[in-house]
Amino acid sequence: MDYATLLQVLDSTLRLATPLLLACLAGLFSERAGIFDIGLEGKMLIAGMASGAAAALSGSVWIGLMAGIGASMMLAAIHGVASITFRGNQLISGVALNFVASGATVLIAQSLFSQGGRTPPLSGAARFNPIELPFTEAIKSVPFIGPFYADVLSGHSALVYAALLAVPVTWWVLYRTRFGLRLRAVGENPESVDTAGVSVIRLRYTAVAITGLLCGLAGAYMATGLQAGFGREMTAGRGYIALAALIFAKWRPWYALWATLLFGFLQALALRPDVIERSFGVAIPVPALDALPYILTVIVLAGFVGRAIPPRAGGQPYVKER
Amino acid sequence: MDKLPRWADVVLVPLISLLMAAAISALVILAIGGDPVEAVKVMVTGALGSAYGWGYTLYYATSFIFTGLAVSVAYHAGQFNIGGEGQAQIGGLGVALVCLALPWPHWTIALPAAMIGAGLFGAAWAAIPAYLAAKRGSHIVITTIMFNYIASALIVYLLVEVLRPAGQMDPATARFPAGAKLPTFGEIPGLSLFFSKNVPANVTFFVALAACWGVWLLLWRTRLGYQIRAYGKSEPAALYAGISPTRMIMVSMLISGGLAGMMAINNVMGEAERLLQNSAEGAGFIGIAVALMGRNHPIGVFLAALLFGFLYQGGAEMGLWTTIPIELRLLLQGLVILFTGALDNMVRMMLGIFFRAKAKGAA
Repeated sequence: MDYATLLQVLDSTLRLATPLLLACLAGLFSERAGIFDIGLEGKMLIAGMASGAAAALSGSVWIGLMAGIGASMMLAAIHGVASITFRGNQLISGVALNFVASGATVLIAQSLFSQGGRTPPLSGAARFNPIELPFTEAIKSVPFIGPFYADVLSGHSALVYAALLAVPVTWWVLYRTRFGLRLRAVGENPESVDTAGVSVIRLRYTAVAITGLLCGLAGAYMATGLQAGFGREMTAGRGYIALAALIFAKWRPWYALWATLLFGFLQALALRPDVIERSFGVAIPVPALDALPYILTVIVLAGFVGRAIPPRAGGQPYVKER
Repeated sequence: MDKLPRWADVVLVPLISLLMAAAISALVILAIGGDPVEAVKVMVTGALGSAYGWGYTLYYATSFIFTGLAVSVAYHAGQFNIGGEGQAQIGGLGVALVCLALPWPHWTIALPAAMIGAGLFGAAWAAIPAYLAAKRGSHIVITTIMFNYIASALIVYLLVEVLRPAGQMDPATARFPAGAKLPTFGEIPGLSLFFSKNVPANVTFFVALAACWGVWLLLWRTRLGYQIRAYGKSEPAALYAGISPTRMIMVSMLISGGLAGMMAINNVMGEAERLLQNSAEGAGFIGIAVALMGRNHPIGVFLAALLFGFLYQGGAEMGLWTTIPIELRLLLQGLVILFTGALDNMVRMMLGIFFRAKAKGAA
């Protein structure tokens, strides 16, 4: 693989890793607070539809973004009510909301636009357009680093940078704030948090709301950044890949970045079978690349490469007094 | 929380959950400018108003019985097998390999062989997540989800690169030999008076009924079934009674995977007569809704599978004849899972208030 091709692949890696990263961090907040969420997929999907539709109707991508976040947070609220207030099965709630999202998105998009469940193609101010980072022109001529800066790092939409920024912010919130300490404690041992006089319920609802917000960003990026408009089932399992990345990263923010970049790289490679054939000498079947994130996750889950231990209170509803 | 009378828990809770899911779906239909009454009419006539409709309703129900039983058996051992979809697809691979291996002389010989193929392949696909859960403590929900995706990638690869006959464009296996064709309801003496030849419902329906009976027998009339249920209720108690957790997880998941795989004799052998991509078409996931709705009992699963068969066929007709998209099925399915599986405490609390008021009134 020559340097120019590598840059192309890395460029699409960053693009494709962004929704995975946002969804992965979304899941991180929820699961660190002890609420399993396999409904990342559904939240991304409904956010994609809402942002695509709102951006198409209003012509403004920012209104689209708000709509996406709102829709995603609505599903998150239902998940919260089911799993926190009514102490229901969190896994089943997640599965259910994924189906609700995949049905509702097509129904709504079809009734609004009658284009077979898609939203109209977006352009101009209705989309997140590429941003050129400062000094791109100046650095471009520097060998090696210049093209990397200009072609890979620069020229993405605002949400890509927001996603990258979300990693240190998440780290800081989780490990350097009182809220983060409590959030982690509520996922490991909610009784201790309760004993300290902090509301378990409120902490968990806050975590679920953050999950909704981040999934909203991920979905909005899918429909208004990565692609120009919403299409049915456009998330195509990304919520589950993000979940896989979360396990792969063992519920830690910086590792989440590396895991999603790795999975994004695999997705980018799957789009360029010609590159694989040229650089490895053999044609790796595309389905094998598609399946690789899942296989890697199973290997990590199996504990062959270090152990992935989820937050201890994950999945268990909290009962104050028995 | 108060304990509800048993009949309320078994009948009323799922029924109210279903009504709530239906009510929300009706509101959604109204919101998108459709007519819920007309939608119900189209669904009922389309699914139950003709022999043709019944042929499809029972065909779908057959698949859902298998996947619903699969989820139920695992559930009784405390395992949430969300991998029915992948197990059903791999079961389809087993069916295809069996059917294409020999020039089968008659379906009565091909069917048992295909059932073994489907069951073994489905069970094998469940075996790895089960082993990892039992021995390495991996979360069975996550691994089975991952295995769904791995299964579909594997099937895509096999169909495109290996099993596709030379000169054929679409990624599918060759057509199964004529001797492996299962008789449809239109070809079974007696039933043929009612059903026409082109309905997809086939003899697999009776296999599904037998499977219901078999699962009931296993769970409530054998030592193994008792052990499975004991383990699912309380792991420490089961351990104390000398029941091996590893064995329970493995056995229940293998049976579960085998049942999900057996679904393939209905859709792959009975209907498509060749293996296609995405052959299970979501039936594995509907199994979750069916099991929850049917309260994990074979009779309940049978009734819930009929209901979902109706919703599936009715929903298809509705997508065809009204402006309401077919995806309403997914919404309804999601809502049923939500209310019966995740919000069941809410329904119980509501009923609890009602029953308490009644008890007070009587006293």
